[in-house]
This record gives sequence, C-alpha cells and structure tokens, in this order.
Amino acid sequence: MPSVLILAGGISHERDVSLKSGRRVADALIDAGASVEIREPDSELIGHLMAARPDVVWSTLHGSVGEDGSLQDLLKLAHIPFVGSDSDGARLAWNKPAAKVILRRHGVQTPESITLPKSTFRELNAESVLALIATELSFPLIVKPAKSGSAQGVSKVENAQQFAKAMVDAFVYCDQVLIERFIAGTELAVSVVDLGFGPRALPAVEIEPISGQFGYQERYVPGETTYYVPARLRPSELERAAEVALLAHNALRLRHLSRVDMIVDAEGTPWFLEANVTPGMTETSLFPQSIVAEGESLAEAYLSIAQAALRS
Amino acid sequence: MTNTRTGSVTNFDAWKHAYAARAANLSVSEVRALFSVVSRPEVVSLAGGMPDVSALNEKLIEDAFKSLMANRRNYALQYGGGQGDLRLREQIQEIMALDGVQGSVEDLMITTGSQHALELLADLFLDQGDVVLVEAPSYVGAVGIFRHKEAHIEHVFTDDEGISPEALAEAADRMIQQGRKVKLLYLVPNFANPSGVTLTAERRVKVLEVCRERGILVIEDNPYGLLYFDKQPPKALRSIDDEGVVYLGSFSKILSPGLRVGYVLAPPAIREKLVLANESAILSPATFAQMLISEYLSITDWQGQIQTYRDLYKTKRDAALEALQQYLPRVKTTRPEGGFFLWLTLPEGVNSKEMLPLAVNELVAYTPGTAFYGDGRGANNIRVCYSHPTADNVKVGIKRLSNVVNLQLDLLDTFGGKE
Repeated sequence: MPSVLILAGGISHERDVSLKSGRRVADALIDAGASVEIREPDSELIGHLMAARPDVVWSTLHGSVGEDGSLQDLLKLAHIPFVGSDSDGARLAWNKPAAKVILRRHGVQTPESITLPKSTFRELNAESVLALIATELSFPLIVKPAKSGSAQGVSKVENAQQFAKAMVDAFVYCDQVLIERFIAGTELAVSVVDLGFGPRALPAVEIEPISGQFGYQERYVPGETTYYVPARLRPSELERAAEVALLAHNALRLRHLSRVDMIVDAEGTPWFLEANVTPGMTETSLFPQSIVAEGESLAEAYLSIAQAALRS
Repeated sequence: MTNTRTGSVTNFDAWKHAYAARAANLSVSEVRALFSVVSRPEVVSLAGGMPDVSALNEKLIEDAFKSLMANRRNYALQYGGGQGDLRLREQIQEIMALDGVQGSVEDLMITTGSQHALELLADLFLDQGDVVLVEAPSYVGAVGIFRHKEAHIEHVFTDDEGISPEALAEAADRMIQQGRKVKLLYLVPNFANPSGVTLTAERRVKVLEVCRERGILVIEDNPYGLLYFDKQPPKALRSIDDEGVVYLGSFSKILSPGLRVGYVLAPPAIREKLVLANESAILSPATFAQMLISEYLSITDWQGQIQTYRDLYKTKRDAALEALQQYLPRVKTTRPEGGFFLWLTLPEGVNSKEMLPLAVNELVAYTPGTAFYGDGRGANNIRVCYSHPTADNVKVGIKRLSNVVNLQLDLLDTFGGKE
C-alpha cells in the first residue's frame, strides 16, 4: 500500500473547502489501507517532503498555490510523484479565459466573453467599458474572477444597475475578471478519471440549486441543492457532454482526475465553462458523487488514482 | 462513457423536511469560510475576541491544579449540583463586589460561560416575535441567540456615552404601540463588545427608569468590567436595581475562556427557573473547571493577574490607536478605556464584509460590522480586537488593514460606488 501525503488548507479563500476535501480523501484512502498523512503547506513542508519522501503527494489545495502549477513544478523538481495534472495542465485550467480559448479552437461551444484587468477600467472609464460590454454581450451576464474557485466572487448580472457591484465583488478575489454571456440550460459537472489507460468520463451530475444559482452556500450546505446522477438528459446529450469533458481533459493536458463544468442548452448543446484540476472532494462535492454513481467505492477509486500517480 | 448502475437524486440532507423552523437561522456562510485562514500563523487576526492567555502566569494555574488534585480530587471529578459549586459562588460574590454588586449565593448560578446564561435566559423569556432591545451595535453572540429564538431584535441608538435612554424609551414605546411584547434589554455596559464604549453613570440610572416603567427586564453582561485601563467604570446597573436586572459575569476574560465558566445573578424567581433549565440542559456545569477556578481564587494573587492583563491590554490599545492614526487617519474610531475592542467607521460605500477576500490576500482578519446587527446595518464598520496579537502585530495588522481599505476604495472609485 502506498504512503500518501495529502496537502490541505493553505492561505486562500478556499482554505476551508480544501481542509474538508483533504480529510475526505484521507478517510477514503485509510479505508483502502493506505498510509496517510495530512499536512498544511507551510515553511517546513519542503524539508518534510524531502525527509519523509512519501510515495505519492495528493494535493487538495485550492487557489493559486495548489492550482496554478507552482506546487506541481516543485514536486516534479523534487522527483516526488503526485496526483493530478502537471504544471502545464494546471496553468491552462486555472486560467479560465485561456482554457476557453483552447476549447473553442477544438470546436467546443463556450459562452462569448471578455476578460479584463482592473487597470483597463481605471484607465478607460469603467462606466463606458461596462456599457460597451452590456451592449455587445447583453444581459444576463456572468461575472467571475478569471482565476478562482468555489463560486466565490461569481455573480449573475441581470441589468446595468447590478453590473458595477458584481465587478467589485469579483475584483476582490482576482486582478482579472471574466465576463461571459449567460447560457440558460441544465448545469452539469462531468468528472474524468485517467488511470493511465486513457481518460474515462464518469456519470454526469446535474445541479439544481434551490435558489437558482449554484453559489458558495448552494455548494457546501447540505440541503441547498438537488443533484441528479446521471443528469436528466437524453442519452445523446449525455454522450455529447461526456465527449466535451474528455476533449477538455485532453486538450488542456490534464492528468489522473478533473472535473469539467458546463451548461447544456435547450437544443442539447453543451457549453464549456471551466475545467478543474483539483475538484472539490467534500461530502457535497461533485467528483465523489460521480464515483459512487458509477458503482465504485471512494476507497477503491481514490486508491486507484494514487496508484496511477505512483506509476506516472 | 460507463453506464451507471442506478440513477440517484440527493440533496445531502435526508432530514431537511424534519428540522424545526428556527433551524433555518443556523447556516454556514462564505464569511465563516474566509475566517478559516485565521488559524494560519502568517495571518494577523484582529477578528476573534480572545484574551491573551500567554500573559497568564502559568505557575498560578499549576499551583491551583496541584492543590485541587491534592485536596478535592474526588469532588472535582464527580457530577456537581445544577446551581454550581457553593464555594465558587461565595468567591464570585467577592468578584462582583468589585463592580459594586451585592447578591446572595442563593441567587447565583454557575454556567458554561456567560453565553450559556444568555441562551438559558433567551429560552426562558422569548417567544417568536418578542422584542429584545439591544445597543447599536451589539454583541454578535447575543444577536445570534436572539435570532435563533426568532425574536425581533431592535437596535437602539448608541453613542460614545453608551445606549441613549431617550432613544430606548422611543424604541420601546414604538414597539409596544405596534402590539409587540418588549421583553428584554440586553447590554454590555462596560467597554462594550464590539464598540468599546462604556455607558455613563447618568445614563445607567435613566436606562433603568425607562425599563422599570415599561416592565422590561435588563440583562447586564459584564465580562470586561474589571479590565479597565486607568479608571474604573461606573457601578453596575445591578448595584442600582436588584429586581429589574439579571447580571452576567465570566472568567473567560479575567482568567481563561478554555475553562468555560460564567455565572448569572438573578432575582430569586428567575434564578429558580434558571437552575431548573440549567439542570435540564446540562445536568451540572463542569465541576472540574469550577473547582480549578475556586482553587485559583483561593491560593493565588488573582487580582495581581488582572492588573497584568490591564497593563497589557492598555499597551495594545495604545498600539492600535497609534497605528490607526498613522495608517488610517481618516477612519473614525472609538477610544475604549478598557476591554478588547475598537469600532471603526469606514468611508460611506465601503462594505467591510465584501472586502474580506482582500484581507485574506493581505494576511489580516477582522470582523465585519454587519455581524453585530440583526438588521443588516454596519456595512461600513469593522470591529478590531487588539487583545490577542502582540502590540507589534497589532500595528502590522492595522497597516495591512489600511492596504485592504485602500484597495477597496480604489475599486469603488473605479466603479463609481456600488448599487
């Protein structure tokens, strides 16, 4: 059985989610018989890693340190196998606008959008810039930090009065904000597992938040969202959604596990929103739901992923 | 794609249909999640109202512990009475006397922190929709309890001299005219949490008159009264009126919150119900913690320790005010003469809750003002707690806070304020 060091916590807006994810992954791996240690990324981490030399590192760190490729680069440098995408894949997925461009080039629909830094609004008169965006993309719009997760700083904007506030709310999380056209339809998360024999799409999870928007509360408070696994879509639509998830996983060069978020519109077209290299693993998260829906236990599945990382 | 074995529908809460309606008032928030970073050593926390227990002379606790184990071990490890240990209640009489409060040991009850006393009182007095009058702003823990009891929380105008008796009378009469039952006035009269403000002696008398005339019970919560810097605050409201005031005290700030021991002094009829409620809820307060405190009060210089705390917190208060003058000179602040807290008023339009993510980036934590209101006010306020970090870190924290405020002001300038 491998020894697995789980990294969880960190200093980020998603620290709490990361800690919960880390503990859940640890529970499952311990059930599977693995030797598990959970650690915070801190000033002593590198020394500890070099001394302890775990068989595999599994990071559930959310936010920049865990998802922007830097941690992956360091682990590679230290010749320590790790679960999840390498730095190139992590960087592409972490940068939502870049991921959208790549998927569009692969023929996948993704909502029309614009990504702008704070400086643009300061220099060009924010009111004029927002008016132009509203005219060209038209309401409703989704405003979100270009690099962040857990729905923090995400707003649905229905009219011009809400626009400025949504921008401020997003800019407190990130210096770049992605503004994209809202696509009405079924909200889906398709998880992908790749154990070294080619990526495999797991059953799609359909998300139906009671409030109508899948925000922070709806993600992490039990009872606030109804999940359907598999999604209540036609087989052909589910198949197409799975194809898009696999395409995203491959095009962004992701590894071992990922989760692709999308909207399927009334015509059955899947619209790519974003890909996640460190999907949430909490008790209400989407990735573990897909694993269970496929008939696997979390213990078996997570152990397989850790062993795949060991072979990589 | 692999076929699923079976379809499933879940909301991860199989008992959502079964909760009592008031459970809807209990939910996690994004803000709570952001507070999770406070546990990291890199973050300067000006958030939690924690005493600096590192300043507690550990020999005093060790001596108390050794004495307890040598002399009262079997008693300390056993169940106790629902009203609490008699010897500790006698010792609490001495502590209350420092605030001018005289009360019988018969009317004193030990609780699991004074928060527990507040919970029992709210349970005893509040039906859905009953009115609780509170300061503006008020203690977040009290607001939470009153909200959970589905009470109507009415904030009363409060300035640098504490709650306004005139505004109190006006609010009470307005509520009564609306057909509501005004049951309680909840106050932290000394170095209030969160404002740091102290109710003047003159206003204490007037506040009691207003409440007496209208049959409103006063809950006087006094965890900070002994932690004055130079001048003792006015005598407790309970020292003026022993029928209309329930007095709450705590060892959390003058000794240690880890022991979770508080107390309540109430008129006999209320005390009797409180003891029954206490027994029903927890059987008895933790005997071991009570005994340890009793030994501590018996054999150590506990008043000397309180003086140590006073000197320490004064130094930290001074550091906070100095840093505010240096880094945030245009931000209005209260100037507490004791206790743990400063209350900041930021420029209009700044929302202290919404700028918390910036604070995470800047490695500083604070409590947004909205937490201290039951009605959504306080958006441009911040509670700064200077008691726990070192004086140097208090300055570092406020410097970082100034970066946060300036970044937010820059955003607001760019986007022309908010909706």
